[in-house]
Amino acid sequence: MLEALLVMALGSVILGGALGYASVKFRVEGDPLVEKIDAILPQTQCGQCGFPGCKPYAEAIARGEADINCCPPGGEDGIHKLADLLGREFKPLSGEHGIEKPKSIAVIDEQTCIGCTLCIQACPVDAIVGAAKQMHTVIASQCTGCELCLAPCPVNCIAMVPIPETIDNWKWKYPVFDVRKAA
Amino acid sequence: MRQLFSFTGGVKPASHKIESNRGVVIVAPLPNVLVVPLRQNAGLPSRPLVQAGDKVLKGQTIAGPGGSISVAIHAPTSGTVRGIETHAIPHPSGLLAPCVVIEADGEDRWIDRKPIDPYALPADELRARLRDAGVVGLGGAAFPSFVKTQHGPTQRIDTLIVNGAECEPFITCDDLLMRTQAGQILEGAAVLAHIAGAQRVVVGIEDNKPEAVAAMTAAAGKRSGLPVEVIAVPTRYPAGGEKQLIRVLTGIEVPFGKLPPDYGVQCFNVATAYATARALLHGEPMISRLVTVTGNVERPGNFEVRIGMPIADLVALAGPKADTDRNLMGGPMMGFALPTLDAPVVKATNCILAASKALFPPPGPEMPCIRCGACARACPMDLQPFEMYWFSRAKILGKAQEYHLFDCIECGCCAYVCPSRIPLVDYYRFAKSEIRAREKEKDAADVARLRYEFRLEREERDKQEKAAKLAAKAAETKARLAEAGDADDKKAMIAAAVARTQEQKAEENPSAE
Repeated sequence: MLEALLVMALGSVILGGALGYASVKFRVEGDPLVEKIDAILPQTQCGQCGFPGCKPYAEAIARGEADINCCPPGGEDGIHKLADLLGREFKPLSGEHGIEKPKSIAVIDEQTCIGCTLCIQACPVDAIVGAAKQMHTVIASQCTGCELCLAPCPVNCIAMVPIPETIDNWKWKYPVFDVRKAA
Repeated sequence: MRQLFSFTGGVKPASHKIESNRGVVIVAPLPNVLVVPLRQNAGLPSRPLVQAGDKVLKGQTIAGPGGSISVAIHAPTSGTVRGIETHAIPHPSGLLAPCVVIEADGEDRWIDRKPIDPYALPADELRARLRDAGVVGLGGAAFPSFVKTQHGPTQRIDTLIVNGAECEPFITCDDLLMRTQAGQILEGAAVLAHIAGAQRVVVGIEDNKPEAVAAMTAAAGKRSGLPVEVIAVPTRYPAGGEKQLIRVLTGIEVPFGKLPPDYGVQCFNVATAYATARALLHGEPMISRLVTVTGNVERPGNFEVRIGMPIADLVALAGPKADTDRNLMGGPMMGFALPTLDAPVVKATNCILAASKALFPPPGPEMPCIRCGACARACPMDLQPFEMYWFSRAKILGKAQEYHLFDCIECGCCAYVCPSRIPLVDYYRFAKSEIRAREKEKDAADVARLRYEFRLEREERDKQEKAAKLAAKAAETKARLAEAGDADDKKAMIAAAVARTQEQKAEENPSAE
């Protein structure tokens, strides 16, 4: 009886020590789940989800405080990916956070721009160049289409322009065929 | 006699070469207006160097290389530049793209041509000349040739393979070129071998082109120096695929992620070798090529066509029949239907195939896959087409990629043998372009994340710097006050500060006084 207790006690001490050592030695900094969620989010930093950026939204999802269907730029595709990652049920995009729009970029009407720099301060990815009382312009390749520059503009000179289809971004279409004809 | 090897799979469709390979090369008349697209090679489009109203001579550079994988483009004839316009180009999308439009003056006057002795110049200089002469691979992909003659530190090129297999049905432009210009092709191949540092040249030609084999063998016999072998390879589609031809001639199987120079070989099309000879030995840049016009036309044949000639004009030369319902660029296996005949001939145009319901009966309805495995037996790349099809169709792209979707050369053998008539290649093309687009999006998102994080960091840093500055100033004042000691000095300092403030106010708002 005593022997058995001692053996079990010894075993738990050794295993406990090993686990304690491993938890210090192989400690993971940060939450890897947040990183994985953040990798799926589109990084527009638009705040439409109600959080100030994609990372805070990812953190909220990881903590279980936010739903997975609050990101309009990510679209249905993004929700599917999040559902797969988190083992949750797919939900359609919640309407209160906005609707999925074609990918667009901001374009500043340079004739109307008064050079107030408000849009430069609003841009989360520093994609607008300009200086006080100088014309501003959007670096098209860096613009995420978050629309955060629209509201601060006092002269409404910023418009969202959908990205046109060109030879460079053209994609082969999904093959479609008529099922009824086949029957 | 060289021992030949074999690749797995492949099909033997009716070759239909006889219609267009009789007779001679017909020189197409000079069109009045030529449309030269700025995007003609794989890689980056070229950068225009001319503007509206400029007079250009035949062979003058009108666009320079737009990046490290890009080549120059030249005026196909002398005339005036009408402008850089968006125009239809031969592309499955039918989208418009920027083109240099040239109105021909009819004189067809050459720019001063400067032939060089390639064996007296260093390889880097020759590569630059190939790039500036606009030489790209003419087998179909239009990949800049000068890039292919380079090899990395761990690579070497000792065998240069010249690809004259021309395995795709209907197309005979390489056949005619080999019959008429065998000597020049071998001259060009020798120059390419010299640039790449290759020790020997092997020409592979499918054995359904005996005249071409005879012409090339005769031309090889007249040469001395670099050993040149002309080999007839068994006719089986796609023997002209780069990896397939390398396998047949050398037994080397180039695996995924590796390039032929990793195994000491490099492959060029016969027309590319010919263009190299014209460019370096004659100083003539790449401004024309042979194009087969065949299929549902009265007079199928091969035409020497200037780059930029409208395809409609070219088809008209062959006498199109009334019941033509679409025109393909390329052959029936790998070609695509041209959305419009307004598009011009480009460097990659090897064949215009007029199709009709009689020539290509519309395929029956697509049926479900029965997993018979016929596609897997036909695949020359040893892939599992039906698995790739399932995953592409279900849009499970990661899985499709695991089945080596990007190894697929889109040769169409699987769709050709499919008893359910599934357009398999369409699914692969869809999946490939979707995966590429997603990767691009992901890269853009990564950049956006970095920029956002940097911005947050910068804002935080600014805040801290500001706080540090304020703290430093407060500390300084405190120290001065402590130093001042007695009450009178303190009072004097406060009075001075009040006076300063009032002075500032007065300056800002003089009317208040």
